[in-house]
Amino acid sequence: MDLRYTPEEQKFRSELASWLASEVPAYGPPPSVHDWPARRAYDTGWQKKLFDAGYAGINWPKEFGGRDATLIEQLIYFEEIAKANAPYVGANFVGLLHGGPTIMAEGTPEQKKKHIRNIISGAEVWCQGFSEPVAGSDLAGLQTKAVRDGDHYVVTGHKIWTTFAQIADYCELLVRTDPTAPKHKGISWLIMPMNLPGIDIRPLPTLEGESEFSEVFLENVRIPVENLVGKENDGWRVTNVTLRFERGTAFASEMINLQAFVRGLVKVAQKVTSDGATAWEDKALRRELGHLSGELESLWAMVKLSVCEAKESGVPGLGASAVKLYYSELYQKITELGLRLLGRAGLSRTDVAGLPAAHLLNRHLNSLSISIAAGTSQIQKNIIGERILGQAKDPAPAKA
Amino acid sequence: MDFQPTEDQKALRDGIRSFCEGQVPSERYAELERTKGFDRGLWGELAEMGVFALRLPESEGGVGLGFADSVLVFEELGRRLVPGPLVWSQLAAGLVDGAADGSRVVGGLDLIGPNREPVLVEHLESIDALLVLRGDGVYRVDSRELKGEPMTVPLDPLTPVHHVKDLPEGEKIADAATAKRLRLEGAALASALQLGLAEGALDLANEYAKGRQQFGRTIGSFQAVKHMLAEMFVRQEAARAGAYNAGATLDAPEVADVERAVAAAKLTAGEAAIRNGRACIQVHGGMGFTWEVLAHYYFKRAWVLENLFGTQDEHAEKISELLDRQVNA
Repeated sequence: MDLRYTPEEQKFRSELASWLASEVPAYGPPPSVHDWPARRAYDTGWQKKLFDAGYAGINWPKEFGGRDATLIEQLIYFEEIAKANAPYVGANFVGLLHGGPTIMAEGTPEQKKKHIRNIISGAEVWCQGFSEPVAGSDLAGLQTKAVRDGDHYVVTGHKIWTTFAQIADYCELLVRTDPTAPKHKGISWLIMPMNLPGIDIRPLPTLEGESEFSEVFLENVRIPVENLVGKENDGWRVTNVTLRFERGTAFASEMINLQAFVRGLVKVAQKVTSDGATAWEDKALRRELGHLSGELESLWAMVKLSVCEAKESGVPGLGASAVKLYYSELYQKITELGLRLLGRAGLSRTDVAGLPAAHLLNRHLNSLSISIAAGTSQIQKNIIGERILGQAKDPAPAKA
Repeated sequence: MDFQPTEDQKALRDGIRSFCEGQVPSERYAELERTKGFDRGLWGELAEMGVFALRLPESEGGVGLGFADSVLVFEELGRRLVPGPLVWSQLAAGLVDGAADGSRVVGGLDLIGPNREPVLVEHLESIDALLVLRGDGVYRVDSRELKGEPMTVPLDPLTPVHHVKDLPEGEKIADAATAKRLRLEGAALASALQLGLAEGALDLANEYAKGRQQFGRTIGSFQAVKHMLAEMFVRQEAARAGAYNAGATLDAPEVADVERAVAAAKLTAGEAAIRNGRACIQVHGGMGFTWEVLAHYYFKRAWVLENLFGTQDEHAEKISELLDRQVNA
């Protein structure tokens, strides 16, 4: 149990930090969340910069353009990215965290050649076509069907929560190729170009007032058979490779950002007054903020521990469920404190009376998605209860 | 950086774990209750295992290990509810003769923090000396000078307490900086005991939920119960990360803020111990409310440790002070 960094790790950190210190301010602030073409350009432009500097997909193998960074270097990377307030992975998320790793693990040589370099350099944007209105937590119950017709799969169905669908070039699509097989055994993983006929994208505004999500309606979309990743009907296994990546390190930078958010809350608390005293003079509030900040310290230690444990297996383990649960709850509690500090200033989503209402409200509204996305908190608790603690399933699964 | 326990550390932990399982089985708690939570034979064996001399340099007859190692050892002691002034005796090694080899049992009192009154001394009848942490230094009080009124019913059946109204000043044996340092180190070791309690409580509840049947199925198959267990697991893992972080940071203070790491550990582990203790009682249903089921021992010990080396609230305030300094720097 040694928290000291090696000279190589320290060198990696200082080089990255000085690169970020010059590049981040020069890159400028992000565009409006409603301007989709500008968002794509901003996110992929930053990805290209990272790629040219050798900092893109740092955990990816060198043969695919990555850096083959150790897990410790990845932790350092997340810490420095957050410290420098660098652009978030944004539109590159699905490609970098799901699509790319899946193709690396399961794709054909042609698929790798076609997509990997484009994903890592920001030339290709991906979206995810997993969830359906009838298949949320029970993802394996998905019904979008793909029927083989010569060299094509003909796909018809309805996907939902598809982030960045408007600007994506490709979709990682889960389809049912064998309707007669047990539900986990009839699924396939396809690469769907988003410019094919028969794809209808309808934005689904979130409670944040943004339209990051879309519903995607598919009607007789003809996808070439060569776009199958892994074997036909083996898509469930292929999918689980990527889901584990998402639960592992996907939130690392945001976790560190929360430390800065807490310091921001201290500043707000020192500013807002009630009956002549600042909120910061309230001992109960100081205790509460201190407590949450202490829990954040433990959260980051949890990430470090789980990353070091994953060094042997190469992929994040089941412990990632505990990290995500702890993080979700903490994120919501911390950002809720922002609303309590705002009081009536929080009735406005634009800044009022010199208080950062927009920022504080946006963060809290956003926090509500964290306990739902990438496996709800309830599903995570089932995973811990059943797969770590060994309790029996409830209810008994339908006969497979 | 490698935050995982090394092979040596795992071997140390496993050694202590099997010792505790062999020497402090559940059946032994009733006997320890009769002997007021203390057994000199057991104390001697703990000393032989190196529990108290663990951090003392080899040149002084110690084991020469660090805080991370100690945290792993204390985690196991907590898990088996091993009673006695464990933290104080390790802190006293090298300061009070006989503490390291267990020939003298050393208890203690923290009079630096705000949580000082009333002066209740744990294990007063079993100790040979009392370490007292005061703002201006560390004092040693001989147990023969120590008089107190025994509290007939202590909260934790294995942690007897005396109310001491006239605390002798004792002999000053170290300076103010040492007193402050011991308090910080004590909080880290206490957080490791709390982590162990959180784990022990979860183990007990988890096993019970696998065996107990209602409505024709094990109660752990119901999500209402399963999710309580999962929440216990999350608290346990947060406490583990916090306590390990405190230990590893004390061993390498150049990498991070030791005060922040220890305060975070004590409040995270304190919350985990108390809430897992309570949840363990709840999972056991009516049986959880009985004396014979061990659940209440975990819960009660958790509250003893909450009041050692700073409560959650005190550590939360400490962190808010550190935040204030950061923000206004």
